[in-house]
Amino acid sequence: MFVNSYNVRTFAPNLKQGIFNPVRMRINTLKNIILSALFIAVFNVSFASDSKGGDGEEKFNPNEMIMHHVKDAHEFHIIDWNKKPISLPLPIILWTDNGLTTFMSSGFHHDDSGKEVVEKNGGKFVKFHEKIYQLNDGETVAVFNDKHELTNAVKPLDFSITRNVFMMWVSVMVLLFIFFSAARSYKKSKNNVPSGIGSFVEPLVVFVRDEIARPMIGEHKYKRYMPYLLTVFFFIWINNIFGLIPILNGANLSGNIAFTMVLALFTFIITTLSGNKNYWQHIFWMPGVPVPMKIFLMPIEIIGMFTKPISLMIRLFANITAGHIIILALMSLIFIFKSVAIAPVSVAFSLFITVIEIVVTAIQAYIFTILSALYFGMATEEAH
Amino acid sequence: MELVNPGFGLVFWTAITFLILLFILRKFAWKPILGAVNDREEGIKDALASAEKARQEMENLTADNERILQEARAERESMLKDAREMKNKMIADAKDEAQAQASKMIEQAQVAIESEKKAAMAELKNHVAGLSIDIAEKVVRKELSNKNSQEKLVEEMLGEATLN
Repeated sequence: MFVNSYNVRTFAPNLKQGIFNPVRMRINTLKNIILSALFIAVFNVSFASDSKGGDGEEKFNPNEMIMHHVKDAHEFHIIDWNKKPISLPLPIILWTDNGLTTFMSSGFHHDDSGKEVVEKNGGKFVKFHEKIYQLNDGETVAVFNDKHELTNAVKPLDFSITRNVFMMWVSVMVLLFIFFSAARSYKKSKNNVPSGIGSFVEPLVVFVRDEIARPMIGEHKYKRYMPYLLTVFFFIWINNIFGLIPILNGANLSGNIAFTMVLALFTFIITTLSGNKNYWQHIFWMPGVPVPMKIFLMPIEIIGMFTKPISLMIRLFANITAGHIIILALMSLIFIFKSVAIAPVSVAFSLFITVIEIVVTAIQAYIFTILSALYFGMATEEAH
Repeated sequence: MELVNPGFGLVFWTAITFLILLFILRKFAWKPILGAVNDREEGIKDALASAEKARQEMENLTADNERILQEARAERESMLKDAREMKNKMIADAKDEAQAQASKMIEQAQVAIESEKKAAMAELKNHVAGLSIDIAEKVVRKELSNKNSQEKLVEEMLGEATLN
C-alpha cells in the first residue's frame, strides 16, 4: 500500500504533493549536508584552537558564539563597540528562600563567568553561562570544580524577563497592532471590505480557515478551534520571522524548546479535552480488529497520544534552531579562517540559507497549525 | 544538552503570554475579522442567489412573452381563419338565398303567367263561345226562317231521341 502510493507520487510529478515533497526533501537534505560539514569543521577548529591556547591573540570559539546566540540570555546584547558590549539590560526576577528578588541584569556588568557577585535581598548571586546562581550562606565568591561546575551555589527559580521573553512581548505588541488595525479596517468599511493592513491579513486568515481548519476538522466543528489555530499560526510565524532579523540579534524564541513545548502542550490539552467517545475508543479498544490485536494496539495508541505533541515540539524547535546554527556557522567561517577572502562565500551562502529560512518560517508555522488541526479533527471525528 | 532543556522561566512566561494573546485576539481580532469575512461571504452568496433568481425570473418572463406572442399569433391565425370561413359562408349563404329568391320569383312569375294565361284562355273561350253562340244564333235564325225546315228539325231530333 505504502509502496504503491510512493510509486504513484514519483511517477506523477504534476501532482501537487509530488512536487512539493521532493523539493522540501532536497532542501532538507542540502541543509543536513551543509550542517554536518560545518559542524565537523567547527568542532575540529575549536578543538585545535583550544589545544593551541594562550598565544596572546584572542581566540575565536564558534561553538560558544553559536550556542550563545541560539540560547536564551539575560541581557539584550546588540553589538560590541570598541571591545565594550552595548546591550539592553533586562530585569532578573528570582524566587529565593527570602521571597521575590529582582534586580537588573546590568548589575553583572556583562559578566557571564560567575566572577561578578550581586548582593540583593540578603542573597549573593552570580551569573554563569546565562544561568543565575545563588551562593550558599557565608560564601563570597563562586568556586568551580575541575568540570567547570559551581560547587557552592544553588539555582533559584528564575522568572527573569530574558531576551526571549522580551522578544515574545515585542512580537505580541506587533501582533496586536497588526490585528487590531485589521479588525478596525473592517469596522470602518460599510460593506465589510478590508483596507490597508486588513487586506493583507485577510487572505492569511482565510487560508488558515479554508486550507487548515476546514479540511482537517470538518465543516461543523472547525469554528471552535479557529481562535487557537489562528493565534498559534501567527504567533509562531511572527516569532520565526523575528528570529531572522539580525539587529534583534536573532532572538531564537521559536527555536527554544520551552516555547515549542508550551505550544505543543496546549495542542495536547485541547486534543485531550475535545476527544469524543470515538477517539477514546480508538485508543483503548480499537474497533474492527480481533481482541488480541486490541490489547496489542492499546499501549501503542496511548504512546501515540503523547508522541504527537512531542513531535510538534521537536519539529519546530529543531527546524528553527538548525536554521540559526547554519547561518551563524557560515558567518563563523570568516573568523575561523581569519580571512576576508572567505567573506563573499560566507555571505552568499548565508544569504541563500536566510532566503530558505524565510520560507521555512511560514512552512513551520503552517505545519504546526495544520498538525494541531489534524489532531483536533481526529479527536472530534464521529464514528462512521 | 542545555539546548533541549526547557527553562522554567520561559515556559512560565510563554504560557501566560500565549493565553493572554489568545484571549485578546479572540475577542478583539478573530471575532470581528472572521465575522466580517463570514458576513461578506454570506452577502456574496445571497447576491449570487438573488442574481440567479432574477435570471430565472427573466427567463420565465421571456418564456411568458414568447408564449403570449405565440398565443397571440395563434389567435390571429384562428381569427383570420374564422373570418375567412365566415366570409365564405356569407358568400355561400348569400348565393343560396339569392338562388332561392330567384327561383321563388321565377316560380311566382310562372304561376302568375300561368294564371294570366288561364284567365286569358278563359276570356278567350268565353269570347269564342259568345261569338259561336252569336254565329249559331244567326245561323239558326237563318235556318229556321221557314216552317218546313223547323218541323224537319224537330222530326230529326225526335227521331234521334230514344226513349228509355
